[in-house]
Amino acid sequence: MTRYSLWSLLREGLTGHRGWPKAWRDPAPRPSYDVVIVGGGGHGLATAFYLARNHGIRNVAVLERGWIGQGNSGRNTTVIRSNYFFPESAAFYEFALRLYETSARELNFNTMVSQRGLITLSHSRHDLEGARRWVNAMHLNGIDSEMLTTADIARMVPDLDCSPGARHPIHGGFMQRRGGIARHDAVVWGYARAADALGVDIIQNCEVTGFVFDGPRAAGVQTSRGTIMAGRIGLAAAGHQSVLAGMAGFRLPLTTYALQAFVSEPLKPWLDKVVISPATGVYASQSDKGEIVLGGALDLYPSYAQRGNLPVAEHVMSGFLELFPSMARVRFLRQWAGMTDVVHDSSPIIGAAPVEGIWLNCGWGTGGFKAIPAGGWTFAHTIANQAPHPLVEGFGLDRFARGALIDEAAASGIAH
Amino acid sequence: MLLIACPHCGPRDEAEFVCGGQTHIARPGPPETTSDAQWARYLFERDNPKGLHLERWLHRHGCGQWFNVARDTLTHEVKAVYGLLDTRPDVT
Ligand SMILES: Cc1cc2nc3c(=O)[nH]c(=O)nc-3n(C[C@H](O)[C@H](O)[C@H](O)COP(=O)(O)OP(=O)(O)OC[C@H]3O[C@@H](n4cnc5c(N)ncnc54)[C@H](O)[C@@H]3O)c2cc1C
Ligand SMILES: [Zn+2]
Repeated sequence: MTRYSLWSLLREGLTGHRGWPKAWRDPAPRPSYDVVIVGGGGHGLATAFYLARNHGIRNVAVLERGWIGQGNSGRNTTVIRSNYFFPESAAFYEFALRLYETSARELNFNTMVSQRGLITLSHSRHDLEGARRWVNAMHLNGIDSEMLTTADIARMVPDLDCSPGARHPIHGGFMQRRGGIARHDAVVWGYARAADALGVDIIQNCEVTGFVFDGPRAAGVQTSRGTIMAGRIGLAAAGHQSVLAGMAGFRLPLTTYALQAFVSEPLKPWLDKVVISPATGVYASQSDKGEIVLGGALDLYPSYAQRGNLPVAEHVMSGFLELFPSMARVRFLRQWAGMTDVVHDSSPIIGAAPVEGIWLNCGWGTGGFKAIPAGGWTFAHTIANQAPHPLVEGFGLDRFARGALIDEAAASGIAH
Repeated sequence: MLLIACPHCGPRDEAEFVCGGQTHIARPGPPETTSDAQWARYLFERDNPKGLHLERWLHRHGCGQWFNVARDTLTHEVKAVYGLLDTRPDVT
């Protein structure tokens, strides 16, 4: 692997950029691996990287149905933050944010982490009380956050309609300054390249279609590129996790919904914060290319159609225009949807599956991009040690029967 | 955009409806003999298929009635609309 550096950039710049090697190999699948990860999204790839780097397990394959990052990891609105409410989630997402902060150096790939600050708006007195409680919870969890007045917000986001007559008046809000955005494709490619460099086989166009059993234990997978045996199998297929579980003979507490995103034509620098308005169900940021990136609520019926419906698109647009009336004539260029794996308590599932030999990483729903480094780190630990990493002990599948849900519905930021 | 034929009001735009998720879920019982695991499965585990899904819908901004729909979750095609207490229809 060529290290990316100022020196390599200069050298290639002077020689017409003809010497860059491929960022990862394109190997044919081998008959067996110590660990097979299903799903080449951020979580699957990060898991493979940390298996190799933290645990010395390098005989690993990541099997991806299409191309890596074709799922939610390449379709999300790239917000990263750790403003969760309960101690378990706060510790987990804060660990993720810290890993993001050093990810470009760690992966030798520009993940374009931009900690531009994330503002959550309060549109009523009650929202404001909720925000205070939330900020206090974050302080107790040792995470930065601060209350903002309407004047603070008007200064930072000048085009936001902060007038008292606004349809959704701004009563204040709160901010996590270390929150922001990162480049989603770069996170996928960075983990893929770093994992490949440590010997992990990234196998694209390889769809898992079934499991091979040795007695009660899952001992391999059937794929569109033949049977591949595995010492351990990690499933990280997001919206398709229930389909894979069905092939292995178990059910999961997941429902797959479409979540949409939208980008506008590129504009001059206009918004240098991420703004979330839970009450109107809209959030916005501006990409480095100048596009306004918008997201909103789920399409609230089960769906595997990666397109999204019109009523939600209309709802997101109208909410956005109530907040930013001056944007009324901006044109939107693209719209798409991803299949999100939503759990009742809006918290992830990491741990053992009901079938021996299979481990689960799923339930990220609408918010697992920010979790990728920690999801990979803790899932690798869980698979390597066959026991949960301390940060994810509360996120096992057993929490449903124990009634120990970690209900982060509010912190998920999106109406479920 | 879905066009859903409410059994009481006829075809209406999806924006008038709310989806209540999987239908035909039988509540386990009696409580004394229901384990925590069975109860959790009843509360939380769902079919979540890629394909035919039998689900409940509410005509919230219409007659206010619940009914069942057989719908494909990949194509979104509505295959059948039937009463809340009817047995599952013969569709694939
Ligand atoms: C529109 C949208 C906006 C979002 N915004 C944010 C945000 O701002 N911040 C945030 O933190 N999160 C956000 N999310 C959520 C986030 O994108 C996901 O939670 C996260 O990317 C999940 O990563 P993953 O690796 O688990 O799944 P994915 O990236 O979906 O990867 C799963 C992979 O499994 C593959 N697969 C499926 N079935 C098979 C099979 N049978 N065989 C082989 N491979 C298979 C798929 O092709 C896919 O590539 C958003 C999601 C969407 C859709
Ligand atoms: Zn009706």
